Amino acid sequence: MIAIERVEKAAYDIMVKAGIEIPQDYEQGIRAMQTHEKGDLSYFVLEAMLENYDAAREDRRPMCADTGLPRYYVKAGNEARIEGGFIALETALRLATARATQDIPLRPNRVHPINRQDNNNNVGINAPEIDFSFEPDADWIDITTVHKGGLFGTDYRMLFPGDGIDGIKRFFLDVMIAFGKRGLACQPAIVGIGLGGSKDTCMVLGKQAACLRTVGDKNPDPEIAALEAELKEMGNSIGMGAMGFVGSSMVVDCHIEVGYTHTGGMPMSVHSFCLSSRRATARVHNDGRIEFRPDPAWFTPYMRRNTVAWQELMPA
Amino acid sequence: MARTDAGIKTRRLTVPILDEDLASLEIGTVVYLDGVIITGREGVYKRVIEDGEEIPGDVTARSNVSFHCSPAASIDEQGNYSVGAVTATASFRFAKSLPDWFAKTDCRVIIGKGGMSPKHYRDIFVPAKAVYFTTVGYGTGALLGRGIKSVEDVFWLDELGIAQAMWVLNVENFGPLLVESDLKGNSLFEQNNKEINANIDRLYEDLKPPSLSRYGETDNKRDELI
Repeated sequence: MIAIERVEKAAYDIMVKAGIEIPQDYEQGIRAMQTHEKGDLSYFVLEAMLENYDAAREDRRPMCADTGLPRYYVKAGNEARIEGGFIALETALRLATARATQDIPLRPNRVHPINRQDNNNNVGINAPEIDFSFEPDADWIDITTVHKGGLFGTDYRMLFPGDGIDGIKRFFLDVMIAFGKRGLACQPAIVGIGLGGSKDTCMVLGKQAACLRTVGDKNPDPEIAALEAELKEMGNSIGMGAMGFVGSSMVVDCHIEVGYTHTGGMPMSVHSFCLSSRRATARVHNDGRIEFRPDPAWFTPYMRRNTVAWQELMPA
Repeated sequence: MARTDAGIKTRRLTVPILDEDLASLEIGTVVYLDGVIITGREGVYKRVIEDGEEIPGDVTARSNVSFHCSPAASIDEQGNYSVGAVTATASFRFAKSLPDWFAKTDCRVIIGKGGMSPKHYRDIFVPAKAVYFTTVGYGTGALLGRGIKSVEDVFWLDELGIAQAMWVLNVENFGPLLVESDLKGNSLFEQNNKEINANIDRLYEDLKPPSLSRYGETDNKRDELI
């Protein structure tokens, strides 16, 4: 049985970590991009961002004041039992959000969409979002928080099978150019693409591909991995870099997730994570131990399963 | 071999920024500020422009720099402010408020994210003898937060909340910022966009258009959407 107090502590600790410490895979990705950047201004922007990551770590202050929409992703082992159950877990995560907002401090970004009421704690109706997934043969829970800006860099389009790979490339370029100008998308960022599913699934897959996969990770399907590499290369050859200045630093990495879709359609979503890609994961073990993990490992083989029963895929 | 940023000029300016300093600024110069700056976004503009409320205190006399932002801040039980980071928000949304804002405040510098359109510089900034500084990378919240020495005042905190209130910030070596527009209305983003646009047709030339088109205000990739 996992004590609920440990769940709340883990949720609070990763909120602090995500806000202040840039993930290592992302920082290394930015450093690698900088060595190829030939645009003076784009290079200068990357340099300033790297200094900013250092300043945040040294001062223990948030790397970006736009908290975005802080939220949680929970992966629960099938054998995990939580004190008070999942209702208690959701309460703990909402409490941790409010407490971290006051203590770090994070900017209270969450407001009512019409009357703009702000509770000053990033908690409100349907906020923070808590998404769940499950994992067989495990008694731990993984909690990941993501603080992603939310105003620019995302779009959705219904394409059709006949549009093919050309259609995917065009829409990808459309989004990169539309939101890349003046750096509205806060590039270079990890770009996530959702292909297929129903409309909502398509959006969710693309968002999770951007926010829950690390720089350097490849889709296990070689055909999709090749498309990831091709789109990354394409994004970096537009001629646009950080902040929309002349350069090449647009896409730190491109991640694609697919879902079976309507036979007549090929829906596509594109999501740009931030130049301050804030994400942190902790595993809460059955004995209450909290272990920080550099990779959310959200898209497990079980998560991407493509057959009726998971066991059919397991080795004999 | 990558180039470095060695060719980029750097200036340090005191607020209120003097006319001669404004006149000598070139686009693409990196700027750091000392003095007092005022924050404002949707909530502040609504109060001052739409509702016609007076700006409290003597803040407009102490500062001619407005910042489109809101800080990551909290207030403890003793009423002390803790500011962790500050990051700009996209400025183009506030263009309609700026003519009145310039008239009411003698503001000469707007700091924000992403600049304004060339038309806004021509029609609003140039007549007001004002320039635009953009924050860098948009995520340099920790560096900018370091530059805040103290919170001098916060107005409309109860009415607007932490994110929308008007913060009066005392800053030192506050930056980096980039000069995006000068007094003539030249724009760094416009200059860069021209160069980037020359390459855009090539990107699309081998890709067939999708079978179902979309309605939209523009399908010209050279256009900006702000």
